[in-house]
Amino acid sequence: MINVKIERRLEQPRWLSVAVPVVSVAFSFLVMAVVLAVTGHDPWNTYRRLFDAAFVGSTAWTFTLESATPLLFTGLAAAAAFRMQLFNIGAEGQLYLGAIGAAGIAIWLGPHQSLTVTILMMCLCGGAAGALWALIPGALKAFGRTNEIITSLMLNYVAGQLLTYLIFDSASPWRDLSTVQTRSFPQAIPLKPSQFWPFPAPFDVSVHFGFFLALGVAVVLFVLFRFTRFGFEMNVIGDSPRAARYSGMRTRRKILAVMAISGAIAGLGGASQVGDVAHELDASPQGLQSANYGYTGIVVAALGRYNPIAVCLVAVLIGGLQNAGTFLAGADFPSGLVGVMQGIILFCALGGELLIRYRVRIPGHARVVAEDVPPAEVEAS
Amino acid sequence: MINHSLLVIVLAQALTYGTPILFAALGELLAERSGVLNLGVEGMMLVGAVMGFWAVQRAPGPAWLVLLLAVLTAAFAGLLMALIHAFLVVTLRASQIVSGLALTIFAGGLGLSSYLGNDLGLADVPAKHQLGEIDVFGLKNTSFVGPILFDQSALVYAAWGVTILVALYLARTRFGLNVRAVGESPAAADSMGINVAAYRYAHVLAGGALAGVGGACYTLSITPGWTAGDSLVGGAGWIAIALVIFSFWRAELCLIGAYLFGALSGGLPAAIQAHSYPGIPTFFKTPEFLNALPYLVTVIVLVIIATGWAKRRLGAPAALGVPYVREER
Repeated sequence: MINVKIERRLEQPRWLSVAVPVVSVAFSFLVMAVVLAVTGHDPWNTYRRLFDAAFVGSTAWTFTLESATPLLFTGLAAAAAFRMQLFNIGAEGQLYLGAIGAAGIAIWLGPHQSLTVTILMMCLCGGAAGALWALIPGALKAFGRTNEIITSLMLNYVAGQLLTYLIFDSASPWRDLSTVQTRSFPQAIPLKPSQFWPFPAPFDVSVHFGFFLALGVAVVLFVLFRFTRFGFEMNVIGDSPRAARYSGMRTRRKILAVMAISGAIAGLGGASQVGDVAHELDASPQGLQSANYGYTGIVVAALGRYNPIAVCLVAVLIGGLQNAGTFLAGADFPSGLVGVMQGIILFCALGGELLIRYRVRIPGHARVVAEDVPPAEVEAS
Repeated sequence: MINHSLLVIVLAQALTYGTPILFAALGELLAERSGVLNLGVEGMMLVGAVMGFWAVQRAPGPAWLVLLLAVLTAAFAGLLMALIHAFLVVTLRASQIVSGLALTIFAGGLGLSSYLGNDLGLADVPAKHQLGEIDVFGLKNTSFVGPILFDQSALVYAAWGVTILVALYLARTRFGLNVRAVGESPAAADSMGINVAAYRYAHVLAGGALAGVGGACYTLSITPGWTAGDSLVGGAGWIAIALVIFSFWRAELCLIGAYLFGALSGGLPAAIQAHSYPGIPTFFKTPEFLNALPYLVTVIVLVIIATGWAKRRLGAPAALGVPYVREER
């Protein structure tokens, strides 16, 4: 047994916080290749098809950015909360609520408003709905010291049932009851084409308006974290709640604010799904509820180390994987591959975190390089 | 209002549907008592479910042996999943919360469990064997208690055994005391000569094995067969995690709580839908409301526990979620 010493780093080199996620991604591709080979798939071929479907050609990019958009929203939502060690796992449900709010206001406004007003109101209502839904676990955490992980997660299931209820089991304003056919086969009221969010195509690749909106949110969050007192206090509360309390920071108020911000961002994601993609409140079991945007957003946020700008890059990468996964889904493409890869990437990134925070020394040897991420995931194969 | 035979069905279903939650919760209880929070229960259950069903389809031999093997396979699969978590959080000191979530994403319905199930060709094939109800002591036909207590699958009875074992282990054995020391104060345990890392590994792994068995309850007995996606376990893993909190980290209370949730997710909704009680407003009879009920009740119970009379003595292991590093205490 080699004698390994692990000591805490006094300073964290900047290059490591970039190198570790990058190496994690590369390493997880390697591990996955082993898994694929063991289970009788050709890793090289699988990867080439995956890469082609995700990143080669303008069509691929169009769909990759479309898949990346909701992940960007949920990733930013998770990043905002997790940064303060506030584990909001409820982006999934907050996104549903955002979709409900946005679709509701769009139907209420009707097709004769200007598009600017429609988009503004959809974002406002979607964000507000998401924020309110997130404030339930937020308030329970702030005033009742209830574990926000469990409550926010449980509310995801409730939100999913609410979504189904509105379209399939009630006469809600979201449901189309105009014809005999839609009365017996439930359907949501579709948005009018004049209400669709813009879908411009710079450089041959069509990009949804929601993607730009998400980039804007990322910049705002970056500024908030970096340059404001609010962001500073978030970091202090996250690192040491006790220090924050002693220095007079209002932890309770901050929990509520951060939960609301996080929920609002996820809600915007829901609004974007309605305005950009579905153009209705999509409650079908194969739709919004099967996509798991909220949970994948956590992967995105963790891999981006809760940095809003990094989250943008990661969202595009994971969005590419998702897009390729759905595109290639079929008999000869291993299903579940994308989830497995996301998990492995996240495990590697978590393991690599050790190398950022600690220095690994083998006495008598030179310093261990960062590339030596321990093969944590081999057991899983 | 609820007539006699209906009550019997609801209670019998409570035991059936409560059993997977009970297994998973007991496993999580062991891990948490050693100071490790594992949020990957849902994922471990899904992998246990698919591997248990795989063993049922492929293992040769008489039915009882195959089913025993299947339960063991599920346990082993869950254990392997837990090993990833243990390695990350005990050895590499990663964040327990993010690691557990990663495990659920990795192993869950869009991840490994789907990959394995489809790759092994298990989707929507009829089960070769299943764990049927056992007529214990020939008491099945006893009025009222018979169908509830003595007409269940072997896993239900196994869960009782495991509950007793876990309760006795934690309260009455040297090892159990050591685990509690590790969970309350790893530094003190370490200076007593207890190997903190070994204890944490062992209990996280045991927890994974129990979660695997919990998952197998679905594919071997409740709904024999396997379907892709995460609807198979449907959040039971998360309910199990919540259950550990409101059983105050005590095995015997886990049993009661698990059956309560079993009633909410199994028999009660079916009973309410089957009999259109005129007293209940329509909204409360929609399948969506009834499906959401266990999750809503989980939230409500958590709130009551955190704010009410129980606040004084919750019993949470003091070092839960905190990595132990000897040099940094």
